[in-house]
Amino acid sequence: MDKKRRSFLVGLAQAAAISTVGGTLAAGFIEENKDKPLTLRPPGALDEKDFMKTCIRCGLCVDACKTRENIYIVDGVKKTTLELAKPGDDAPLGTPFFIARTNPCYMCEDIPCMYACPTGALTPEKCQNDKGEVAIDYAKMGVAVIDPSSCIAYWGLQCTACYRACPELDKAITIEWRKNKRTGKHAYRIPIVHEDACTGCGMCEEACVTEKAAIQIFPREVVLGKAGDRYVKGWDAKDQQRVKNASTDTTTKTGRSKKSAIDNLNQGVNWQ
Amino acid sequence: MKYLILRRITQIAILLLYVGANVYGWKILEGNLSFSMLFNKIPLADPYAVLQMLFAGAAISMDMVIGTLIILFFYGIIGGRAYCSWVCPVNMVTDLAAYLRRKLNIDKDGKRYMISRKFRYWAFGTLLIVSFVTGVAAFEFFSPIGILTRGIVFGIGFGWAFILAIFLFDLFIVKNGWCGHMCPLGAMYSVIGSKSIIRVKHDAEACTNCGECKQVCPEKDVLNPVINKKSDFIHGIECTNCGRCIEVCNDNALKFSIRSFIKGEKDEKVINK
Repeated sequence: MDKKRRSFLVGLAQAAAISTVGGTLAAGFIEENKDKPLTLRPPGALDEKDFMKTCIRCGLCVDACKTRENIYIVDGVKKTTLELAKPGDDAPLGTPFFIARTNPCYMCEDIPCMYACPTGALTPEKCQNDKGEVAIDYAKMGVAVIDPSSCIAYWGLQCTACYRACPELDKAITIEWRKNKRTGKHAYRIPIVHEDACTGCGMCEEACVTEKAAIQIFPREVVLGKAGDRYVKGWDAKDQQRVKNASTDTTTKTGRSKKSAIDNLNQGVNWQ
Repeated sequence: MKYLILRRITQIAILLLYVGANVYGWKILEGNLSFSMLFNKIPLADPYAVLQMLFAGAAISMDMVIGTLIILFFYGIIGGRAYCSWVCPVNMVTDLAAYLRRKLNIDKDGKRYMISRKFRYWAFGTLLIVSFVTGVAAFEFFSPIGILTRGIVFGIGFGWAFILAIFLFDLFIVKNGWCGHMCPLGAMYSVIGSKSIIRVKHDAEACTNCGECKQVCPEKDVLNPVINKKSDFIHGIECTNCGRCIEVCNDNALKFSIRSFIKGEKDEKVINK
């Protein structure tokens, strides 16, 4: 092989090697940083995986949020919601997010952040009800979760701070009265979250009186389970529609299910 | 100093407009260098960000397509990596590093670290593949351009460490290291602006070969084939149209000119004889 050709080929191999090394490092760094599952997104955000693909990190939603019409001023400070993630924030770099405890979403009726998005990472399609009507009340930014061990209403103290802060009053959070057997004459007034009406705005978390909020917003993908096709609300016509096309072949196959149930029971469990 | 001051003015003005949009709601230029809205109507998109999103598998909206085409058209004409020297804020950091490097004589007394100037083209391609594999726009996770612009407009956090790293790298390790060797965005604009019409033109008759231009040029490989050899345009695609060579030339041998592909090149050949 002549020298020129050889040095060209070696150079090519070197460049490819550098690309592989650099690319692997970059991919590793990115894989670690692209999934921050507790990140709360603006209203109308696509599912997290698609959102991360589609968001170009321009910050137009943040601009729209900062300069919106219904600015809240608390103690002389303008309350804004959205931020673009900086290095050091617990959200994928450059993408919009908010922290419900300090800066919840104030649920502007005109949803300026969502309509500012040029890429479709925030889209009205993700902020509408079954009939296709778009409104901030149909946003699904997250869902409120109550920790009964630190919620003072569960202790029997009078609170309802979250209930009263909720913009979806009496829909997303309701108060359930229960008898307090400890005293025999008082009532528990327990807040109950209804995920179908909860927008995940975070007003309840902001309002919560405990030192660390007993009611917190989490992304819906993190918190909500899925009953699946095996279970249906037999008293609910709408829920029956859900399983209408479900497969009847729902047998779970595990190592044990190879044998008949009787065999498994008789065999017992071999611990060691 | 004319072009240097003009460049700083455009760079800072663009950042100020972004900050104004964020703080006061000005509708002149909103967003950041990844994507902007000009006068609340005209979209401008970073073609590399859009390309990465394509590789990541995102659906590309109409605004993005139009924004990309506008940018491609603009830099295709003005081009010659004008983005790098007239818009990008990292340029201010690396120019400062290059200036100090000259003043402190780092090149004379220090060790030589080498990176190929072709590195950026490989980085460009590699990061597209990484975007495809990871399913997100890869460069945007550590782009100092994004970190610095977003930092100035929306708050910088620990981003200063990235910028300091670039500064130290350029000052002590590789001369013009980031912008001249590594930045994939610069690689893209080199290609986009390769046929642009505004170019630096050299007059070999007037040149005394003093070497000032090569001292100051961040991409001196584009000057080497031309300076004191022939009267021609600086055809090298990596030229950033920063105009520093024009300013430091004491012989008026360099100026911005319009490069025409129809009859300009013919005239050039006559001069060369």
